[in-house]
Amino acid sequence: MACYSLGVVAGDLTTIVVQTGKPVNCRTAWPKVPKDPEPSFPVDAPLLQVRDLRTKILKPASFSLAAGECIAVKGPSGAGKTLLLRAIADLDPNQGLVSLEGRDRSTIPGPEWRRLVGYVPAEPGWWAETVCGHFGDWSAAAAVLTDLGFPQEAKSWPIARLSTGERLRLALVRALIIRPKVLLLDEPTAALDAASVAAVESLIATRIRTGLAVLWVTHDAGQARRIARRQLVVEAGSVRDEIEQWPITSR
Amino acid sequence: MANYITLNYLDLALASVLVLIDAGLSIIFGLKIHRSLLVAAIRMAVQLALIGLVLTALFSLVSPLWTGFVVLAMILFAGQEVMQRQDRRLSGWWSFGLGAGCMMMSSVLVTAFALLTAIRPSPWYDPRYAIPLLGMILGNCMTGIALGLNTLTTSLILRRASVEAQLMLGATRWDAAAPVTRDALRSALMPTINSMSATGLVSLPGMMTGQILSGVPPVEAVKYQILVMFLIAGGTGFGAAAAVLGGVYRLTDARHRLRLDRLAAAQAI
Repeated sequence: MACYSLGVVAGDLTTIVVQTGKPVNCRTAWPKVPKDPEPSFPVDAPLLQVRDLRTKILKPASFSLAAGECIAVKGPSGAGKTLLLRAIADLDPNQGLVSLEGRDRSTIPGPEWRRLVGYVPAEPGWWAETVCGHFGDWSAAAAVLTDLGFPQEAKSWPIARLSTGERLRLALVRALIIRPKVLLLDEPTAALDAASVAAVESLIATRIRTGLAVLWVTHDAGQARRIARRQLVVEAGSVRDEIEQWPITSR
Repeated sequence: MANYITLNYLDLALASVLVLIDAGLSIIFGLKIHRSLLVAAIRMAVQLALIGLVLTALFSLVSPLWTGFVVLAMILFAGQEVMQRQDRRLSGWWSFGLGAGCMMMSSVLVTAFALLTAIRPSPWYDPRYAIPLLGMILGNCMTGIALGLNTLTTSLILRRASVEAQLMLGATRWDAAAPVTRDALRSALMPTINSMSATGLVSLPGMMTGQILSGVPPVEAVKYQILVMFLIAGGTGFGAAAAVLGGVYRLTDARHRLRLDRLAAAQAI
């Protein structure tokens, strides 16, 4: 179970205030968390702001995401969760305003935007034959891969032989080592066993503590509770922001 | 000039029996292609008879305007043919315009190059040289572009996840599409490479055979054939490169997204 040193206190729809030093219950359950941590990232303004984002299928969606925040995205299959993430990553034609740290997305070239706002799809694609062909910087990848239980010889594994779970974890690492500010995860633990789910959750939690903001699509209510305090519900193409669906004291 | 044996219509009628035998085979084995076979044979005969008349008129005129018209008509037909050989066409005008535009550019360029440097007829646009030369370059260029574009679109559809995975990690559209682009260009140039390596051993090219039949010494005919092969390789290479890169440009956008929605809907077969 992941627990964050920072309590994200929900404000209204556009401002999420992250407060430090406020007593949070989970501390008692997780004594490893240092006391009064200083955030290493700006907490006053939302990191990612989405206003009236829409596509041919997706109805206008507005919400914002702060640095070091994780929002769970839920909703039935085919409701448009993937379309929402793809629209934010600018992979499909879309309208509306999206900005990162106050910079309008339209002023940032597509490739640069996607390095800042990384997207990991539910079925990641591969273009080289072996694992290492997909990582520009293998030494950076190796350190993270070890945390996720990959041995050193994983470098030369052929992609065709990997299990779905291994592929999902590799795709996650591939996106993480680019060091995006926002990560859009589309069911990153759907095909994983319990131990791997815990490893992935704690890996992402570590990054969240250093300021990464995450939109995490999950079908698992328990996981949503572990990773996030806020959720977006996507139903029939419309996105609903549900703030503080569960009180933090219930942890 | 009458150094060759002329054919009469009875000779042609006799040879056409071979096509009828093919049609008979189709009926016996239930291939259901006898109708299209006969239609194609009749089309071929009529089209060639017409082009014979057109060329006769054209050669006696030696007019740059009329030569230009015929060249344009040939390119438009080739553009239509490229479009029809696509499993998945580009939407709108692109499906015809891209192929036709690239063929026009490369075949006219390469033909003009040959007319102005190697062959140098007088005047340089003499249709007796320009039209057959352009026809040979255009025909091969058409095959190359049709194959290249078809490989591009079908493999972008098949390898969409792989291309998008690279886009997601911040690759530009050209980098992300590079493996597919390479495959498309390779398949566009393969027929040219294959025909060059088999020529003289397995096949005697039609143009060379034609010159030999009309009394040209084989060594001279061979020189012409080598020239034409080089021109074909150049024309196919330029045309296919322009068409495939144009296809990548059209199937991605300025935000570096993959835009398979710019393909026309799959046709029911």
